[in-house]
Amino acid sequence: MSRLVSLAAAALSLALPLSAATMSAARAQSPDHGHAHLIWFVEAEQFELRHSAHGESFAWDVHAWIGTDDWKLLLKSEGALPTGGPLEEAEAQLVYSWRVSDFWDAYAGLRYDHRPAPERGFAAFGMSGMAPWFIEVDATAFVSHKGEISARVEAEYDLYITQNLVLQPLVEVNLSAQNVRERGIGAGISDVELGLRLRYEIEREFAPYVGVSWERKLFRTASYARDEGESSGELALVAGVRFRF
Amino acid sequence: MDTILNRRTALKLAAGAAGAAGIYAVYPGRRAFAAASEYNLAVEKGRITVDGISSRAKMMGGSVPAPTLRWREGEEVVIYATNRMDEPTSIHWHGLLLVGVMDGAPGFNGYVAIQPGETYTYRFRLRQSGTYWYHSHSAMQEQMGMYGAIVIAPKNGEKAAADRDYVVVLSDHTREDPRRVFANLKADPGYYNRGKRTLMDFFRDTKRDGLDATLKDRQDWAEMRMDPTDLADVTGYAFLVNGKGPEDNWTALFAPGERVRLRIVNASAMSFFDVRIPGLPMTIMAADGQDVQPVRVDEFRFGVGETYDVMVMPREDRAYTFFAEPIDRSGYARATLAPRAGMAGEIPALRPRTVLTMADMGMAHGGMDHGGMDHSSMGHGAPADAGKADHSTMDHSKMGHDKMDHSKMGHDKMDHSKMGHGGMQQGGMQHAMPASPSKSSTPPDRAVGWGDAGTRPGEKALAYADLRSARKNDDARAPTQEIEVRLNGIMERYMWNINGRPFGHDEAIRVKYGERVRIRYVNTTMMAHPMHLHGMFVELENGQGERMPRKHVTIVPPGQEVSVILTADEPGEWPFHCHLLYHMEAGMMTRFVVGPKEERKAEAK
Repeated sequence: MSRLVSLAAAALSLALPLSAATMSAARAQSPDHGHAHLIWFVEAEQFELRHSAHGESFAWDVHAWIGTDDWKLLLKSEGALPTGGPLEEAEAQLVYSWRVSDFWDAYAGLRYDHRPAPERGFAAFGMSGMAPWFIEVDATAFVSHKGEISARVEAEYDLYITQNLVLQPLVEVNLSAQNVRERGIGAGISDVELGLRLRYEIEREFAPYVGVSWERKLFRTASYARDEGESSGELALVAGVRFRF
Repeated sequence: MDTILNRRTALKLAAGAAGAAGIYAVYPGRRAFAAASEYNLAVEKGRITVDGISSRAKMMGGSVPAPTLRWREGEEVVIYATNRMDEPTSIHWHGLLLVGVMDGAPGFNGYVAIQPGETYTYRFRLRQSGTYWYHSHSAMQEQMGMYGAIVIAPKNGEKAAADRDYVVVLSDHTREDPRRVFANLKADPGYYNRGKRTLMDFFRDTKRDGLDATLKDRQDWAEMRMDPTDLADVTGYAFLVNGKGPEDNWTALFAPGERVRLRIVNASAMSFFDVRIPGLPMTIMAADGQDVQPVRVDEFRFGVGETYDVMVMPREDRAYTFFAEPIDRSGYARATLAPRAGMAGEIPALRPRTVLTMADMGMAHGGMDHGGMDHSSMGHGAPADAGKADHSTMDHSKMGHDKMDHSKMGHDKMDHSKMGHGGMQQGGMQHAMPASPSKSSTPPDRAVGWGDAGTRPGEKALAYADLRSARKNDDARAPTQEIEVRLNGIMERYMWNINGRPFGHDEAIRVKYGERVRIRYVNTTMMAHPMHLHGMFVELENGQGERMPRKHVTIVPPGQEVSVILTADEPGEWPFHCHLLYHMEAGMMTRFVVGPKEERKAEAK
C-alpha cells in the first residue's frame, strides 16, 4: 500500500505543476493563432464498487493526459481494492503517445504492477485509436523486467440509446507468451473480461452508471487459480461514476 | 489628451444609453483642426446579462456588441484602441480595404498584438461603403463578445432609400471559457453534439426506411468513422441579436408601410443561421457590404463572418418575429419588428435538424478518396443503379463550381428540401430527381443534406447563385492561374488545416501584385467552412458572368468545390482562414501573400 501511495504521490507531483499552471490561466494554451495548444485532462473510465459472490471491492481505471495534436503524455492507473482486505490489483503506466494516422496513436512507456505480488516492471508498446464502427481499441505488448512477454487488447463501444443514456460493452483479453507461475499467469490466453455498463450522462464530465462485469481466467491460468483454491471466474454487479475534469 | 478622455467618456455614455434602447450609435465630436474622425475604443473585461443570466465577457467600447461605428466613404478615421485587459488583444476590421498593418491580425503585415496597457492607433481612409464589422483577432476573444458592426455611408448617399435603418448583429454566446470549449473539442470532438444518432433513431429510421436501408446507412457512416449529425461543433450557446437573448427580445420599431433596412451581421464564433421573418419577405440589397441586384427571398443561410443588407416593408400593424435558427437547431436568435415597443410576434417552431448525406462527404466529385465508399449508399438504400443514374443527372461537377447551394443542384428546380420530402422519404433517390418536385407538398418533417434548411414548398431560400453584383466587375481578365485550396480536417482529433498543413507549419500562397487568380476551394470535410480572405474582395464564380458578387467570406459546403476569382491588388501578407473560430484556432489558416507593387512594375519593363 505504501508503494501505491508513493506511486500516486509521484503521479500527482507530475500532474500538479502542469495542472496548476494550466488550470488557473489557460486550459488550452494558445498563442495568437492556433498551433501547439497544450491540453490536459483527467478521466476516470471506471470508478466503481463491485459486488460479487466473493465480496465487495472498489475498482478504478483512471488516466490523466497532457499533450498536443501530435503527442500526449499519459499516466494510467487501474486496480481493485477489496473492502476490508489488502490491495488485490494495482498497476500504473506512464506512456508517451504520438499520432500515427487519422485514427491511431502509437505509444511506448513503462508499466509497474504493485499487485498481484510479486511486483513487476514492464516496458509497454501499443496502439490505441478508433476502428471502423466507432470501436475504441487499445492494444499493448509488454516485456517485464524478467523478460516475460505478454499482451493486452481492449475494445469498447458507446451505444447511445438516447442523447444521455449510453450502453457500453467492453471486452478485455490478456495473453501471455509463457507461464509465470509465481504470478499465477499461464501461457496463452490468460483471462478475459466482459463488461456491460449503462451510464447516464448528466454532463459529459459526470455520468453515473450501473452494469455487470464478468471475468474468467482461462486455460493454465485457470488451473493455477484452482491450485491456489481461488475461483477462476467472477460475475460482479458494478455501480460507479465515470468522470472527467 | 483631455479631448480624448472626454470623448472616451462620451462614447461610453453613448454606448450605455444606446444599449438600453438596443441601438448602438456613436456620434463622436470631431476635432476642429483634424481632418480625420477620431474614436477611442477601450478593450476590457466585464460582464453581460443575457436573458437574465450574467456571464463574463470581453468587450470593446463598453458593450457587447461593441458600438456600431458609423462612418462615411472617403473620410479618414483614427481609432485609439486601448487594451485594459491583462492579456494581448487586437482589433481587425473585417471586410475593409486598408493598408496591411492596419488590418489588425497579429503576426501579419507587421502588426503586433496590443499589449496590456498599450494603445494602438489605427488610421485609414475609407475606400468603400456598406455594412462590415470589427472583431478581435486574438486568443478567441471574439467568442467572449469582442465584435461590433461598421456602417459606412456611401459618398453620394444610399442608393436605396430606407425609412429606418437598423443594425442586427447575430452572435453565439457561451458561458464557458472558449479555451475550455477548445479543450473539450480536442478531447472529445462529439462533446457538444446533443443530436447524435441513437438507438431510438435507429428504430425510427427502420420503421420509415426499412431495416436493410437503415443498416446500410449506419454501416456506411460507421465504416468511415464519420458522424452525419455533426453540424455544429459547439452547442450550449445563447444566440443573440445585438447582444440580447431571445427572452430579452431586441425590438426594432417601424410604422406600417415603411421601408426598413436591416444590416445583418453574422458575428458568431461558430454558428451558421437560417434567417427569416415569417410573413415578411426580405429583399437582399447587399452581400458582404457590396450592393447586389435586389433579390426577394423568404430566408437565407448565413455564414459566419458574412453580412447581408436586406430591405423589408412590413405593411401590417403587428409584430413580426426576426428568427435565426442555427443549422443544428440547438436554439434560436430572435428579435421583433414592431409598430410599438413591448410587442412580440409568434415564435415559430424550430424546423428539423438535417442529417448529412454521402453527398456531403464529397462523394460527388474528386474531392476526396472514394475508397471504400459505395455509391449506392447515396440514396438511403436506393438501388445501386438508381443511385448512380441519378447521380449523373445531378451533375455534381458543375454544382460545385457554379452553385454553392445544395438546394440548387444543377438547376433551380432541384430543391433539396423537396427532395427530402418527395424522394428520400419514399426510400429512393430516383423519386427525388424529377425536374419539378411537387410544390404542393406539405412541409418536410425531416431535412436531408447540409443545404436543406427545411424551406417550405413555395418559399424561396437565397442561393449563392442568386447573388448578382449591382455593378459590373472591374476586372474582365481571365485568371492566369488556379490555386487549389483544400480544406481538410480530422474530426476525430479536431484538427483542421488548409492544404494539409496547419497554421504555423503552413506554406504561404503567393501571387504577384495585380495578378488575377482563381481560388478553387475543395472541401474534403463534412463541415461547411466560411472562408475569409483579409484585405481584398473575391468574386464568387456563381454563374453571374460579369456581375459576380464580391465577397469577403465564401461558404464552402461539405464535400463540395466552390471557386472565386481575385484581382490581387492589395500588396501584403494577408490572413486567409476559416472563419469558424475554433477551426481557425486549430490551424485552418494560412498566409496569402500579394507581392509588392514595384515587382510588377519591374517586370513590366
